Amino acid sequence: MDIELRGITKRFGPVVANSDVNLTIRSGEIFGLLGENGAGKSTLMNVLSGLYRPDEGEILIDGKPVRFEGAGDAIRAGIGMVHQHFMLVPVFTVAENVVLGVEPTGRLDHLDLKTARRQVREIGAQHGLVVDPDAIIEEVPVGIQQRVEIIKVLFRSADVLIFDEPTAVLTPQEVEDFFGIVRSLRDAGKALVFITHKLFEILEVADRISVLRGGKIVGEGDPKTATEADLAEMMVGRPVSFTVDKAPKAPGPALLEISDLKVLNDRHEVAVDNVSLNVRAGEIVGIAGVQGNGQTELVEALTGLRPTVGGAITFLGEDVTRASTRDLHARGIAHVPEDRQRDGLIEDFTIAENMVLDSYYDDRFSTGLNMHWQKVHEETARIVTEFDVRTSSVFDLAGHLSGGNQQKLVVARELSREIKLLIASQPTRGVDVGSIEYIHERIVAARDAGVGVIVVSTELDEIRGLSDRILVMFRGRVVAEFDSASATVAQLGLAMAGAAA
Amino acid sequence: MAMTDTAPLAKADIELARRRQKKINGVILLCLAAFVALAFGATSEGDAVFRLTLPRDAVKIPNLVLPAAPYAYIVAALLAFFGIRQFLRGGGRSTNVFLGIGLLLVVTAFLAWATAGKSFSLTGMLESTLVRAVPIALGGLAGVLSERVAVVNIAIEGMLLAGAFAGALIGSVMGGVIGIVGAVAIGGLFGFILAALVVTHRVDQIIAGVAINLFVLGLTSYVSSQVLTEYTWLNNAPVFRPIEIPFLSDLPVVGPVLFRQNLFVYGALIMVLVATYYLFHTRTGLRARAVGEHPEAADTLGINVYRTRYINVTLAGMVAGFGGAWFTLGSVGRFDEGMTGGRGFIGLAAMIFGRWHPVGALMAALVFGFADSLQQKLAILQTPIPSEFLAMAPYIATIVLVAGLIGRARPPAADGQPYIKE
Repeated sequence: MDIELRGITKRFGPVVANSDVNLTIRSGEIFGLLGENGAGKSTLMNVLSGLYRPDEGEILIDGKPVRFEGAGDAIRAGIGMVHQHFMLVPVFTVAENVVLGVEPTGRLDHLDLKTARRQVREIGAQHGLVVDPDAIIEEVPVGIQQRVEIIKVLFRSADVLIFDEPTAVLTPQEVEDFFGIVRSLRDAGKALVFITHKLFEILEVADRISVLRGGKIVGEGDPKTATEADLAEMMVGRPVSFTVDKAPKAPGPALLEISDLKVLNDRHEVAVDNVSLNVRAGEIVGIAGVQGNGQTELVEALTGLRPTVGGAITFLGEDVTRASTRDLHARGIAHVPEDRQRDGLIEDFTIAENMVLDSYYDDRFSTGLNMHWQKVHEETARIVTEFDVRTSSVFDLAGHLSGGNQQKLVVARELSREIKLLIASQPTRGVDVGSIEYIHERIVAARDAGVGVIVVSTELDEIRGLSDRILVMFRGRVVAEFDSASATVAQLGLAMAGAAA
Repeated sequence: MAMTDTAPLAKADIELARRRQKKINGVILLCLAAFVALAFGATSEGDAVFRLTLPRDAVKIPNLVLPAAPYAYIVAALLAFFGIRQFLRGGGRSTNVFLGIGLLLVVTAFLAWATAGKSFSLTGMLESTLVRAVPIALGGLAGVLSERVAVVNIAIEGMLLAGAFAGALIGSVMGGVIGIVGAVAIGGLFGFILAALVVTHRVDQIIAGVAINLFVLGLTSYVSSQVLTEYTWLNNAPVFRPIEIPFLSDLPVVGPVLFRQNLFVYGALIMVLVATYYLFHTRTGLRARAVGEHPEAADTLGINVYRTRYINVTLAGMVAGFGGAWFTLGSVGRFDEGMTGGRGFIGLAAMIFGRWHPVGALMAALVFGFADSLQQKLAILQTPIPSEFLAMAPYIATIVLVAGLIGRARPPAADGQPYIKE
């Protein structure tokens, strides 16, 4: 089955997410769609999978124009989508999730789970996707959840499978398995669309590549001949440097020492399990690991947001295990949280208000009950310029900034004061390449100024580029430590999958 | 490879928490033992006579006679034994079982104390337990139906009241059966209004629910005081009489309790079973639950989230309307202002206590029904406890159960959140 998108345009209010996009997707082929966050990839695929209706243009299946009124129409036409955030019901079983929407039934609308289980096993056997149909989704690892998503799409006899950023949540080993699955589906005659912003993955797996920038197709690439640099330039619109420039630097005295730290997660399970580590002034310690292996809880414990149940945290020789967030802040610890929209800023507040969220009580900005707004606005204007936050006014709402500028705002607030330790969690998640470069530069500059830095990231490239030392977390423990100069992707990948434990 | 397997240290932590819990339970049981011995054992005299046979029963079985004071001491001794056992070893699953048995023993000791020197119809109380559980169970079931599709339904109280009112008014004019139909229709109408408010217009679910409750209370009170007092024939509905199931109703104790009840009791039990089948064994039920847990996922699979919510919330309203008719057509035959007296809210508590499962909600409703029926019977027994305190029993049971004993019940993941489709 071949699909053609012709002149697709999709607008959200004044924002044009896709503009006159033309694409062809053929069976027996892996089509790679490359683009930065915000380039319009997901919007385009949501148009194709029937979730959005295009404002202009048409979709042709085998030369005939079709119109999708909803996801159901696209599914019936044989188009299946595996979303970036899995669309699985966590408390349902694998079989229930697979059949949801097209359930086998008996008399009285009776749900025939026996047939469902058999069908799940059959599809699994056919495509080498082994899963237990009775497993509860929330109890299986993400790699398996992704298999369930694929089975779900195959169960609806899809001929076209769209994968939206499929590798974001996988370990490097799971990514390899995933590529194997994708290739075998292609060999079985399916058409596959692989959406990503990761260059080396698209070069490895795609048969044909199109690059999307600012909602438009800006170029095409042949994976046999194209290089990462070519594609990156197309994707960003200018030459990009992949390496973080950083001079070697001898670390200073010990800053933060953590010994046998134990922290529980929201479900009262041990999330950080006897972690010991130390950070010295002027070094960047990278914490790698697949999401959900205790990094979030570790950072929350270090910043006073989550109580610890065992162990000790020492900062500059003083015990701060039970110190409050404000106390830690006052001691010079800065925190760039992993979810800027939830923990980093208040979207309904202005940029100026967000800038003083952690210092409004400071003598500079208030006396008693009285806020010195004039001072706040002047200071914010200065910092916003210094940190290249692109906005027309400090009175704009933070929620109106782009992801990259929101992140720069958070980084600006945290780095614009005298600090000794910076804890940056996913500092560049969902941020455009230009902002990534800039944020990385600022982090390295902070290190060079003698600040100790902890960078938590699930992106191996980021960890390897920034860190002086890399620790890998797996199931709440630090399972491996590498010198960043010598660590290979394969070594890190094995450790992230727990093999080194 | 499962994420659930925990490191040895994690087990140690869980073990620590469990040990603390069992110590607390041990102390609670010991306190109860002391309370039973002092409050019941030391103060009661004579025998407590529990009548097991109702006057009309075909098969007569002898009364249960308990010497009140010795019985209280035996219960106290058992409680103390359980408490010490729990304190020293115990733990695991048995901890809550022992606590449950302990509470049950305390209730029996209390009954023996209250009945000491008198006689008391145990069968009669169980019978009225079931009857009084009906509106609570139906309210809880209405809650389950709407919260399973992620609509918090605080309006159940109002729907019960509307059902009671419609049942009385329509029943008086056109007879009981049409009265029930009318009550169900009115309940369904309010369910539909709630759905329209919260699903389509995304009004805050709590505020929409409170608005419906206040509206129904105001309207029915006004009509009742202005119109029904004037034209009393509009408020004189027939009451559904108990239907005796042949043979089964002749069984001792079980017969009168389960098989000599009116339409509402049978209806409630059947609805609970049907709802269980619907939610957990049908295609439509699976889809409804998916909408309550993960509406985006349901949407991407072509399930209409809005329609599913409309249908289920309207169904919930119909169930609550039927439950409301119990107050008039199933009980006293006339409408009084605010006669539902918070049963809808207790129904919501039953839903939570029953972990969002129809059968669980029914079981919880029976506990509340028991407390309700107990206070009524005890008022007849003339215990030294003031009747106002006894009237609080169902509400105290609500607080104790919801706050203390449910533990970690998990509502549907999307409960209370509006779904905004692009």
